[in-house]
Amino acid sequence: MSAALPADVVVIGAGIVGAACARELSGAGLSVVVVDRGDVASGTTGAGEGNILVSDKAPGPELDLALLSVALWRELADVLPREVELEAKGGLVVATEPGAWAPLRAAAAAQRGAGLVAQEVAADELAGHEPHLASGLPGGVLYPQDMQVQPMLAAAHLLRIARGLGARVLTGHEVVGIRRAAGGALTAVLTAYGEIPCGAVVNAAGTWGGEVAAFAGAPIPVLPRRGFVLVTEPLPRTVRHKVYTADYVANVAAGSADLQTSTVVEGTASGPVLIGASRERVGFDRTTSYEVLARLAQQAVRLFPVLASVRVQRAYRGFRPYCPDHLPVIGPDPRVPGLFHACGHEGAGIGLAPATALLVTQALTGAEPTMSWEPFSPSRFEASS
Amino acid sequence: MTARETLGATPEDGFWVSVGGVSCQAYDGDTLAAVMIRAGRTSWRSTRHSAAPRGLFCGIGVCQDCLVTVGGVTSVRACLDLARPGDVITTQEGSGRDDLDA
Repeated sequence: MSAALPADVVVIGAGIVGAACARELSGAGLSVVVVDRGDVASGTTGAGEGNILVSDKAPGPELDLALLSVALWRELADVLPREVELEAKGGLVVATEPGAWAPLRAAAAAQRGAGLVAQEVAADELAGHEPHLASGLPGGVLYPQDMQVQPMLAAAHLLRIARGLGARVLTGHEVVGIRRAAGGALTAVLTAYGEIPCGAVVNAAGTWGGEVAAFAGAPIPVLPRRGFVLVTEPLPRTVRHKVYTADYVANVAAGSADLQTSTVVEGTASGPVLIGASRERVGFDRTTSYEVLARLAQQAVRLFPVLASVRVQRAYRGFRPYCPDHLPVIGPDPRVPGLFHACGHEGAGIGLAPATALLVTQALTGAEPTMSWEPFSPSRFEASS
Repeated sequence: MTARETLGATPEDGFWVSVGGVSCQAYDGDTLAAVMIRAGRTSWRSTRHSAAPRGLFCGIGVCQDCLVTVGGVTSVRACLDLARPGDVITTQEGSGRDDLDA
């Protein structure tokens, strides 16, 4: 195998974050090898809806990162082929009961203060934006900066570009260890097919980022949070935006291990409507939960009554990589010279991938960072433990 | 060997369905696709963007190529759903749900 060839950087994980990192690092002139035990986008990237969202984030470091990333996705629109289905479709967050309208407006006002475009939509204007939306809703907020992409195609094309810049992509290569010198610095990544000598490692292993970090002797608390998505029959454009209910944001931030569901409905360029979203902490249990699927379907029909006449063709599940504080882990690990993290993005990995790749590359090359990665540093876990 | 013999069915087990306005005999256990292929049809849907013909491809419920409209219900997988007496199977153009276009 070619695995023995040395590289400046080994990126572990061929999901969207690893793919974006490979492209950015290759573009900076570094020699890059991407390894993944599975295939391209075979983990959480392939199990998402392709969200590129600013609307679901409160003012703070993650929103700053999301705003940077949305700007980078807009640049990528000129680089990636049309088939990746990158769409600046916008998000529409709706209040479903009168009591939810005031908090939603307050949240939007705070987001505007952080530089977000968040336009209030009065009750009688909702149908103009979403003709099939249930009537009688108190109001909503439109977020034109929200985007969507087909995440598997996006990851594949980012890797294609990286390969054009010299990167090598080794799928089916499971990482089994990370070698360190006496002084602690990384020297090689060990795969099932041999050793790849390297000067740096980017941990882009998503939900499995904790395992990779443990190989390097620098644990980080990344855990799985299961979610199901229903996929309908292909339809004409029935739902224009990513439409979700205001309780979604509260569910994302919730600390409970129990099942939470909120209503998230969006069309795709290829036709099917995607329906989410559930959150459960059940480890890596892949068992289909019909209780969850039924709840998602019922909620979606409440928000879009026409969906009652639409067939669900299939459902899939994935495992979001979450940290206890719901922030990703990005940047150099002070415990292990040469180790850089780019994982733990929970449900926001697709959206945050380009900004993550930029910050990791800047950290790795010593360039001036576009924004501080300090809020995402793995050292925050030591402080709290 | 005829399809009827393969199924071990007698003529009395048969029932009639309509395929594009033509009456076709079906047997208990027939999938919609089986009925249509026996009737000489290889395509029963046109794609949404280029109107290309589609019929049975994977045959196991995965590829979504064999979608067809049955009794006005769109995007039924012909490879999985069984024919029932009196089914009215019609060619599906695109999604068959232009009524939803917003």
